[in-house]
Amino acid sequence: MPSPAVRQARSPMAAPQSFLWSRRIFLTLLTVFVLLPVYVMVSSSLKPLEDVSEKFAWIPSGLTVRPYFDIWETVPLADYFMNSLIVAGAATVCSVTIAVFAAYAVSRYSFRGRRVFTVTVLSTQMFPGILFLLPLFLIYVNIGNATGIALFGSRAGLVLTYLTFSLPFSIWMLIGYFDSVPRDLDEAAKVDGCGPLGALFRVIVPAAIPGIVAVAVYAFMTAWGEVLFASVMTDDTTRTLAVGLQGYSTQNDVYWNQIMAASLVVSLPVVAGFLLLQRYLVTGLTAGAVK
Amino acid sequence: MRRIRAAAVSAVTLSFAFTVAACGGGSSGTEGSNEQPRTLTYWASNQGASLEVDKKVLQPELDKFEKRTGIEVKLEVVPWGDLLNRILTATTSGQGPDVLNIGNTWSASLQSSGALLSWDAKNFEAIGGKDRFVESALGSTGVQGQDPAAVPLYSMAYALYYNKKMFADAGIEQPPTTWKELAETGRKLSEDGTWGLGAEGSNLSNNIHQVFVLAKQHGADFFTPDGKADFTSDGAVAAVKQYVGLMAKDKVIAPGNAEYAQNQSLSDFAKDKTAMVLWQTASATFASQGMNEDEWGVAPAPVQSGEPGLGRATNSMVAGINMAVFKNTKNIDGAKKFVKFMTSDEEQIILNKAYGSIPPAKAAQQDPAFDAPALAVLRDTLATSATALPQVPEESQFETVVGTAVKELFADAAAGRAVTTESVRAKLEKAQQQMPEK
Amino acid sequence: MTTTAAPGADERTARKNGPGAASPGRRPGRLRRIGLPYLLLLPALLLELLVHLVPMVIGIVVSFKELTQFYIRDWGTAPWAGLDNYSLTVDFDAPVGEALLRSFLTTCLFTVLSVGLCWLLGVAAAVFMQETFRGRGILRTIFLVPYALPVYAAVITWAFMFQRDNGLVNHVLHDQLGLTDTPSFWLIGDNSFIALLVVSVWKGWPFAFLIVMAGLQNIPRDVYEAAALDGAGVWQQIRRITLPSLRPVNQVLVLVLFLWTFNDFNTPFVLFGKAAPEAADLISLHIYQSSFQTWNFGTGSAMSVLLLLFLLVVTGVYLWLTSRGRKAADA
Repeated sequence: MPSPAVRQARSPMAAPQSFLWSRRIFLTLLTVFVLLPVYVMVSSSLKPLEDVSEKFAWIPSGLTVRPYFDIWETVPLADYFMNSLIVAGAATVCSVTIAVFAAYAVSRYSFRGRRVFTVTVLSTQMFPGILFLLPLFLIYVNIGNATGIALFGSRAGLVLTYLTFSLPFSIWMLIGYFDSVPRDLDEAAKVDGCGPLGALFRVIVPAAIPGIVAVAVYAFMTAWGEVLFASVMTDDTTRTLAVGLQGYSTQNDVYWNQIMAASLVVSLPVVAGFLLLQRYLVTGLTAGAVK
Repeated sequence: MRRIRAAAVSAVTLSFAFTVAACGGGSSGTEGSNEQPRTLTYWASNQGASLEVDKKVLQPELDKFEKRTGIEVKLEVVPWGDLLNRILTATTSGQGPDVLNIGNTWSASLQSSGALLSWDAKNFEAIGGKDRFVESALGSTGVQGQDPAAVPLYSMAYALYYNKKMFADAGIEQPPTTWKELAETGRKLSEDGTWGLGAEGSNLSNNIHQVFVLAKQHGADFFTPDGKADFTSDGAVAAVKQYVGLMAKDKVIAPGNAEYAQNQSLSDFAKDKTAMVLWQTASATFASQGMNEDEWGVAPAPVQSGEPGLGRATNSMVAGINMAVFKNTKNIDGAKKFVKFMTSDEEQIILNKAYGSIPPAKAAQQDPAFDAPALAVLRDTLATSATALPQVPEESQFETVVGTAVKELFADAAAGRAVTTESVRAKLEKAQQQMPEK
Repeated sequence: MTTTAAPGADERTARKNGPGAASPGRRPGRLRRIGLPYLLLLPALLLELLVHLVPMVIGIVVSFKELTQFYIRDWGTAPWAGLDNYSLTVDFDAPVGEALLRSFLTTCLFTVLSVGLCWLLGVAAAVFMQETFRGRGILRTIFLVPYALPVYAAVITWAFMFQRDNGLVNHVLHDQLGLTDTPSFWLIGDNSFIALLVVSVWKGWPFAFLIVMAGLQNIPRDVYEAAALDGAGVWQQIRRITLPSLRPVNQVLVLVLFLWTFNDFNTPFVLFGKAAPEAADLISLHIYQSSFQTWNFGTGSAMSVLLLLFLLVVTGVYLWLTSRGRKAADA
């Protein structure tokens, strides 16, 4: 476990009142702005349906936990939950592993095409998703027809897609992070008889844990929240949460209270994980992204 | 090193091979096969209160079908927001369900893609013949003069639903039968935070349905007989202006309705905030909103004058769901059997009862269940005064561009800007220019 | 693939990741050393090819085809359209081109404002929270919540709040503060731009905050101490030390924010549904509508390709400018 981020007090001098007051006011306003939707989410999820389709009220007239039970009935939320977990989890593991290898190569070797590779991979970050949605879909179907590997409509197809979404950023961040790990360390390991990959896994990866965690969190969140590709590439059995949540607005009605309850439920794992790992995130980014 | 380069090259080549294969599309020209006779995949549209409700309605019927034929039907209920995109991608890739539900207004658009099985005389014979279905429902199954691309499954029509309590409170005894009466009645009801009529100003399809009917009443059509877009005729402009005018001029629609797109107008109705809505088969929704059947009444949708009929007296579009078979199916015989089963009189009665719609099968319509006043109005409207939306390949583009134009006009009206013949014509002009050239 | 030499740990891994790519076991050490980096890159490269590059090539091909509903079932039969799709999209006097141009300009304005505000809030919050004070940890946690929430959940909540009749926003602005005469529309009409901006900033600024916070940790403490000894106050220290030392961080941050914001699809899609109001018609949603709603994938692809070209140029110029600036600063 790395030590928490080293704090730097800016000034040994006492800060002036003007600074303190600006800080108080600014941070208070910002907190209100940030928390407003969270409050709405929580309070609305506890209101009966008649109330949420009425005028907004700060204090709910009556509280009910019914929506939290109903959400599992209205749509098969538990199935969607599992799908999202599997897809996002697998995409994260694959994305991080592949990014570690690629970043190691770029960081530790000089070879022809190094720059081309980095630039190409990074530039995919700017592709508008809409450009390759349909072509990608076709490729998956054709791979399926040619090889029998079902990519379209399967979780595997989504995993492949999502891991490449986070890959460019992950590679680029890990390059930065690996660069900050002193070369002497892996040279020493090689002298001790480790191969190049031994050095990677025994020396560099352990030293880069915060960076890897940061990358993993990013990859997971990317996969957890994606809507567009999931809406085209999933079916009943593989539908993920981001798409499944739309099931709460039906032909007949919009179940706002259930939408809010379900949104909270599906957000909890990511938010909790994210916040637990935030320490790593800051240290990871410090060495990786901002060098 | 060279090896690696060779590997990279072959990887790239491989990818491009897929590309080329992709360009070949997923389909051959054949009309399906019988390679997998034991199973079928069925995409159902969301008709009930939720996806789960639909599964509960349909699954027992599918089990019945399996018991009779030994064919297992894998059901997927597709939410409306996804359905058209899913069909599109299935069409492009050739990988889709065997049997599917489509909105009947999409029939001609989907027909033009060539992905759906044509229901020629022979195929219709396999499900009991074309004349089992009512005329109006058949009118919305594809381009006229061509074999239908789908078979009617559930039929619906627009009617005027009114809130009995609000009518009684305002001392109104009869629901309006003409637009003029509707505006007068609406004004009486629009006070103290209540409103005469509800609308879904941001719902493109709903906008289209309403202005289409009004255009018919003004003697206009949005397409010329040979299928060219014609959005700016005087009649079309008058129709759009009249519909948006209910908010802009008559002020019987609450300005807030301009942003409604998720049936909020129905929940306003159920909460006694809006006295009337023009809707298709709303009974199930009212029930789910906690409204008793005796709290609302239903009357034919208004016309300009006289009695509802055809032509200028049209008062509804032909709404409904059709059932189609993908040409690529590997179980063509099973698929036809399944369509036959679902459109059989027995199933028609069960399913349409469950969803509050009208069976397009003539014999099933005679079932006493559809004599209830609420349904009788819909049934009669379908039989006598409903017209199908234009059956042209560009129908879905039409819905998008004209529906958006009406949405923008509602936004203008809600913001207090004037909606004039000129502003309506300008919007429709712009919409027309966005249509693909023919 | 055959190997004779006893496989080492590295080789096993290498082979797992790139079967058939090479057989390093047979080669002498030197070649293996040269081959290794390529082997390590292979998975990433193959996936990028499969998911990004090849589809992009197909997309470009499609942009030269007349791919409408009549041909989607069999792409090969779609006739070549030459430059028709492009001339249609860049004819700014005709409605299609005009709408695209308007959407493009809206997106530019939106991106500039959103990135600017995200950056401003992120930097301000990070600078204010550089020093320890009571509650700092909790605040930091709170501030990261919008970033951690799944897009769909967050944006749908905002849509709920922006409803005209029942939303929180009008409840506060109109009912409680009395700032407006009548309740405003936020999801249709001109205000929709503001609504979109608010949501985008709310979602995006924590990322700027996170990155800047990380960047600030690289500033050595003694720089501040030296400045303090020179008599510089807190505000001066921020201006003279903190902000200038953030420059390399900003270079990356602004670029990433720019690309994400410009290409954002999820936010407007969830907020407005499939037809965004004119004032908030962002380019990615516009293209989506041009291809999926109207089933004209050729035109849609042409628009995407133009967008891609624009982003390439902007990014290239940006990187060239900033790296030149950096070199000049270093020299």
